[in-house]
Amino acid sequence: MKNIPSVGTPQSRLEGHLKVTGTAKYAGDYNPSDLLYGYVVNSTITKGKIKSIDTAEAKNLDGVVEILTHDNRPSTAWFDFQYADMDAPPGTVFKPLKDNEIRYNGQPIALVIAENFEMARYAAKKLHIEYEEDKEFYTDALAHLDKARDPKKGLASMLKQPPPPPKGDFDKAYEEASVKIDSTFRHGTEHHNPMELFASTVIYEGDGKLKIYDKTQGTINSQMYVANVFGLKMKNVQVISPFVGGGFGSGLRPQHQLFMAVMASLHLKRNIRVTLDRAQMYMIGHRPPTLQHTKFGADKDGRVNAIFHEAVGETSQFEDYVEIVVNWANMLYPAENTQLNHKIVPVDVYSPLDMRAPGGSTGMHAIEVTMDEIAYKLNIDPVELRLINYTDVDHSSEKIYSSKELKECYLRGAKQFGWDQRTPEPRSMKRGNKLVGYGMATGMWDANRLLGRAEAILHTDGRVEIKSAVTDIGTGTFTIMTQIAADELGLPLEKVVFSYADSSMPFAPIQGGSFTTATVGPAVQAACQALNKKIYKKARAMKDSVLAGTKFKEVICKDGFVIHKENPDIRISYEDILKDYDGEVIKTKNSAMPNPLTSGKKASAVHSAVFVEVEVDEELGTIEVKRALTAVAAGRIINPKTAESQLLGGMIWGISKALHEETIVDHRLGKYMNDDLAEYHIPVHADIYDLQVLFVEEHDDFVNDLGVKGVGEIGGVGMPPAVTNAVYHATGKRIYDLPIHFDKLL
Amino acid sequence: MNNFSYTKAADLRQAVSLLKENEENKILAGGTNLIDLMKYFVTEADTLVDINKISGFSELEKLENNGVRLGALMTNAETAYHPVIEKRYPLLSRTILAGASAQIRNMATNGGNLLQRTRCYYFYDPDVPCNKREPGSGCSAINGYNRIHAILGHNENCIAVFPSDMCVALAALGAKVHVMGAAGERMIPFEEFHRLPGDAPELDNTLQKDEIITGIELPEEGFAENYSYLKLRDRNSYAFALVSVATGFTLENGTIREIAIALGGVAHKPWRVKEAEEFLKGKEPSRENFSSAADLILAGAKGFKDNEFKVGLAKRAIIRNCMMALKPESQRPGAKPSL
Repeated sequence: MKNIPSVGTPQSRLEGHLKVTGTAKYAGDYNPSDLLYGYVVNSTITKGKIKSIDTAEAKNLDGVVEILTHDNRPSTAWFDFQYADMDAPPGTVFKPLKDNEIRYNGQPIALVIAENFEMARYAAKKLHIEYEEDKEFYTDALAHLDKARDPKKGLASMLKQPPPPPKGDFDKAYEEASVKIDSTFRHGTEHHNPMELFASTVIYEGDGKLKIYDKTQGTINSQMYVANVFGLKMKNVQVISPFVGGGFGSGLRPQHQLFMAVMASLHLKRNIRVTLDRAQMYMIGHRPPTLQHTKFGADKDGRVNAIFHEAVGETSQFEDYVEIVVNWANMLYPAENTQLNHKIVPVDVYSPLDMRAPGGSTGMHAIEVTMDEIAYKLNIDPVELRLINYTDVDHSSEKIYSSKELKECYLRGAKQFGWDQRTPEPRSMKRGNKLVGYGMATGMWDANRLLGRAEAILHTDGRVEIKSAVTDIGTGTFTIMTQIAADELGLPLEKVVFSYADSSMPFAPIQGGSFTTATVGPAVQAACQALNKKIYKKARAMKDSVLAGTKFKEVICKDGFVIHKENPDIRISYEDILKDYDGEVIKTKNSAMPNPLTSGKKASAVHSAVFVEVEVDEELGTIEVKRALTAVAAGRIINPKTAESQLLGGMIWGISKALHEETIVDHRLGKYMNDDLAEYHIPVHADIYDLQVLFVEEHDDFVNDLGVKGVGEIGGVGMPPAVTNAVYHATGKRIYDLPIHFDKLL
Repeated sequence: MNNFSYTKAADLRQAVSLLKENEENKILAGGTNLIDLMKYFVTEADTLVDINKISGFSELEKLENNGVRLGALMTNAETAYHPVIEKRYPLLSRTILAGASAQIRNMATNGGNLLQRTRCYYFYDPDVPCNKREPGSGCSAINGYNRIHAILGHNENCIAVFPSDMCVALAALGAKVHVMGAAGERMIPFEEFHRLPGDAPELDNTLQKDEIITGIELPEEGFAENYSYLKLRDRNSYAFALVSVATGFTLENGTIREIAIALGGVAHKPWRVKEAEEFLKGKEPSRENFSSAADLILAGAKGFKDNEFKVGLAKRAIIRNCMMALKPESQRPGAKPSL
């Protein structure tokens, strides 16, 4: 007697219809009565002080209700730590409207509140602001390497481990290596640019009680921030975010529209919405420009035994943002001599913020291009070189991987892609007048897990509701949690309701870094298992119960019955159980977290092998990614359809990072110049050709009870180096700076 | 966006008189660029005069001189997909479809396409100097980030480029712009319509303040046999040209009889050099000849810190596009390189 599992089968998003018909409501779509609108005013200078803000003209405009600046804002929490959110880097969190100091261009310096959005925006232009400008600013981190220093450590370092200490004797091993590759890599600033604008709709429910619809990747993160900063009780702050139109990391921290909207709502005791426009969304965090230096030494057979990898990333003057850039090489390749450094340069910009495979996509770009250079130098097939350096152990920690089917990814990926059609010599493949290049690279990302909680409720109509505060940032979380619950409960998907994205529900951490499924999934599983047991106990305790004298392990919960496994005729329906139970619901709340005794004993990671074919029009420099295939080993795949969609999105993001997107900074002004979607170039349909995803089966009962590792980030990690390597194969030109705009090939 | 009044003009005469009455009144047609500019506080209007309901300017008309007249209020999409344009002026159709997005082409009008403003970052940012936006304030681009800027016809006042694709074809075709103003109707040859920055970079064209474009006249010759548009940019759609080339020619016994080559994305106006075209007449359509012509077209080209590459790229693009025009069937959607 077995349930037909939903887990592992492709399921369409349960909310798909709502989204494509436009009926799904996002944070800025809630329109309570008497809603006020706030518009943020941004600094036009990069550094200095505000001498004065004259609000008289703006305030006299019809419909303008209030203007908040550093001069008149209500007071908020005193201590720095009260502003810290779940993703705050070490340092001092930026506090909007705190004082008259300008720390970066575009800094929010006022909020204009009006009866309608248009008036608020118009009035914002009528403020007369006088600055005392300090021209001694600098925003180009990579031009100020002399200011590079070690980052401070803090709470955030828990998930972002600093590089391991040096191992062996790098200098000697590098000196003695038969092949030495010494390369420098650079990429500029990038912005998340989710399609949905950042908005917070705050409903004032009286008595310091707020209901907030917020664009966020963590409802409890926003709730905690608001409660701490404004001195409210946690239970009086409810943050809801059922639909999120893309996050990519930008919603990992409470953004200033939330601060502004809450401040205004409490001050005026009114409902209010603050929405950031596209350009204002360039002021809420970005991927930091990073310079990397690699020196890899290998023996004549291609074994890499010396790894030097140094990264210098940008941060703000007030927070030490870091990402894991240089730790990956020794997690992947078993070199005995390593030297890994990560430094930061504080400049006059807003703090960087985790963005799509933060650090991983940056670091793996350098690592996997350097490996490609070794392959060409030794005339070893790039796939073969990876196999020569293959290991089942994470040599940065000397822990064995709980599972690692990367070898299968290389082999099956190469086969399905047709890698054997590649002729090794650069510039040797042509199609018409176009040069054709094949490139490959490895992708890698953490398989992390945090504490999560979930509640399961058997309602009187026989449906089971699962509750978690977790968001669904478009990844399919809603759907796959429903699948996990349905399987555990022995119910069809229609009988399970997953309620989520509400801070009043059981705890879930921020949604990012590919750890959501592995964190919330086991909590949902645990709650469902506990619910089954509770239902069984009620059934057994019923008067004259046919299950009297049985044990839980002897029964199965299926289709709304508790059924004896050996004798399926012995069964009790949930309907009867609930009737007996006076029509009350049966519920349970449970946690799941990594086992503190065992979780540190092994390493866990997601891996991919990426294969790319590019066509280059050499005369004009244009590059097109004609085909790409990602073979991925990510543990158990709950929903191949939403997982494939995640991977494809990541692959397109990787193409974008390799060939298209970059935020242009005019360092004379300290300002982002292409702050809209017309000039910030991400790929359009016409740039994307044949993309394929190949899931390589990977069994892992160590990582968590579900055996899942997460697929959120892995799609984007291996693409930039694979594209770069393919461009080299096509043209013989090694481009180290991303994005590779076509003029770099001229 | 600053406050403005809005009125629908009943006819052209009323629209013209509203312009005449107040220099700060502006015409609203598709609005795809104007509304953005108003939202960014780059431009403002006392009154927006909506001319969309005026009839008689939304059609294509065949002329007695065997040319064609495009109504100023025809949308870019209607024009590109019009059977007469597809058949007789496929170069125009190609260039329109290489620009903007389907949604924008459905809204944007032919008259408005000619009047769109540059996409220079500094022009769009009211907080920094820009001679085009605020005469006399200085040019921020010349020492700033100037990858997308001009290599020809620029001066210290302005290095912005005119962004239209459609107008590159209109320049090559030798179109004429029909306008009407308070003083009556007149016709402006296309090459005289847009202007170089000179000492008045705030003026993109020679249209007078009280004039409205009523139509665009295409001559009989549409280069329907040998034509090509090539657009080089950072992605394959919804991006402005870094360099684009429109080429049309007619052949006679294997040599070039008539030829037009116009460049986009390189100057304050579509760039066309008659000497280069004269040079090619009577010659074979070969890479060598096109290369020599390209040198003539690009004579005096000078790039800046971030756009030096455009000079060499433009030459290659001219040669390639002229070769593509020999095989128009090889062209790909979005004016991507072919052959």
